Amino acid sequence: MNRRPSSPLRQAALADLDGLRQRHPRVFRPAWSRRAAVLGTLAVIVALAVVAMVRLDFSLLRILHGLHRLGEFAGMMLPPSAGGRLGLFATALGETLAIAFLGTLTAACLAFPVAFLAARNVVRNPFLRFGVRRSFDVIRSVDVLIWALIWINVVGLGPFAGALAIACSDFGALGKLFSEAIETADRKAQEGVTASGGGRLHRVRFGLVPAVLPVLASQVLYFFESNTRSATIIGIVGAGGIGQYLTELIRVLEMQQVAFLVLMILVTVALIDLVSGRLRRAIIGAAPP
Amino acid sequence: MTVHIEKLPPDRESTLLAAYSGAVAASHRRTLAIVVAIAALYLLAGWMAEVRPLTFLDNIQNFTAYLDQIMPVLTLANLPADVAAWYWGLPKWLGLLAETILMAYLGTLLGGIAAFLLCFLASANLVRSRTIRFVARRFLEVCRTVPEVVFALIFVIAFGLGPMVGVLAIAIHTAGALGKLFSEVVENIDMKPVEGLTGTGAGLVATVRFAVVPQVLSNFASYALLRFEINVRGAGVMGFVGAGGIGQEFLVAIRNFYYSDVSAILLLVILTVVTIDLATERLRHHLLGREAHA
Repeated sequence: MNRRPSSPLRQAALADLDGLRQRHPRVFRPAWSRRAAVLGTLAVIVALAVVAMVRLDFSLLRILHGLHRLGEFAGMMLPPSAGGRLGLFATALGETLAIAFLGTLTAACLAFPVAFLAARNVVRNPFLRFGVRRSFDVIRSVDVLIWALIWINVVGLGPFAGALAIACSDFGALGKLFSEAIETADRKAQEGVTASGGGRLHRVRFGLVPAVLPVLASQVLYFFESNTRSATIIGIVGAGGIGQYLTELIRVLEMQQVAFLVLMILVTVALIDLVSGRLRRAIIGAAPP
Repeated sequence: MTVHIEKLPPDRESTLLAAYSGAVAASHRRTLAIVVAIAALYLLAGWMAEVRPLTFLDNIQNFTAYLDQIMPVLTLANLPADVAAWYWGLPKWLGLLAETILMAYLGTLLGGIAAFLLCFLASANLVRSRTIRFVARRFLEVCRTVPEVVFALIFVIAFGLGPMVGVLAIAIHTAGALGKLFSEVVENIDMKPVEGLTGTGAGLVATVRFAVVPQVLSNFASYALLRFEINVRGAGVMGFVGAGGIGQEFLVAIRNFYYSDVSAILLLVILTVVTIDLATERLRHHLLGREAHA
């Protein structure tokens, strides 16, 4: 998209600008009300940002000083090295993947039946639907680290608590997404089942489930991918995985090993991204159009 | 009205039935194989994550007991005083909550601006140069993949404790996440206005301003609002690593077994997040609905 020599059309239009202005006055008239609305919104956004900066102690001096130190850290990161603990890190990474897989699949299995209770086209009772919806919202609004802290109190430190934490917070998120997917499913297959004499359960089993299953599976894959990222930090509160080493090494400024761990995470997530993208396309493609 | 259906010749019927049951059996076998593979992976993952179902069953009453413990003592006879005692630190907590929301706001805004500037460089339909696109995409990927808490951990050491660190960490992660979504929106635009502007000799900036931005702005705003909601949740735990917000207070309460404080702060956070969730969902439907009608 380089700048080209102006075209004859542009030159003609520029030469006849006054004429154009006279012939099409509406196009050239500034829209004051619209402009005022845009400026007003912008002013509110900027004002709020300034208030936030003052309140949160933003200071240019600290930022410059910090950037200088960040530069030093970046220098210390080179070259990345495992420091002879490759086996340990690989095990921790495997643990992280196991936490993510276990958490996502458990959440999906639990959320699948419950999501039907929150869908308008399955459950008529608005109170039940509302109740299930709000419970999803409440469960979802608690961050995964907080869930981890709670589960550590129950099953003790370690990856099991991490898997439970991810299962909990995903149960809410997946439940909401599942119920939305169920509500937007095509009605024709369900009407066909009803027309041939099927009851309500038949309608859900043979009309609804086959239609939504590929969509749900692709959402689960997407969540597995994003959970691999969350599972890397869950070790910060002691719930297993690679996060434990990451926290510890950052605290003692072993920057070479930190860089190595971050690279390991980047590569793993990129690989999972690739595989799950393929799988997602295969699943969605296999579904009847 | 009766309909008479011609019966198939018996040998034809039997071949067709056999083919049908063969196809069904093959599909069943495939499903079974997938289910077995997933179950095996599940068990393997369970072994790696040290799942102990028996401990879980033994300790599950700990969970209910814990919930029971963090419940405040509320008596009907003395309700106002009990609530006041439960929320003894309300002014302080509300201040911290406001700080958390401002952190999320500023982080979303700064990250959103960075994402806005970078997303056009990462879009295949606007930038012909493969190198620029590759660099922009990889940069966004790194920002997105490294969790914000890890950024916060490093920044706390570099910049010192405080909410500013949380904002910077959230902003970087947001730039990565939004940059990807934004560039996907840009890649799906109607190319006719772009071609029109290119035809009149406009450069990249003018093309983006007059042909791309009007098409994508409502989608961008909707994604930014979605991200704001996610960031409020994320800002709530920034305090775990000393990066400001209500998280620190919560961590102290949980680690020191100040049971009623845990439930009080948790309830405040849940209420805030749910409210923001519902409000932004309204706004987003409004934004996207207006686009659909236009």
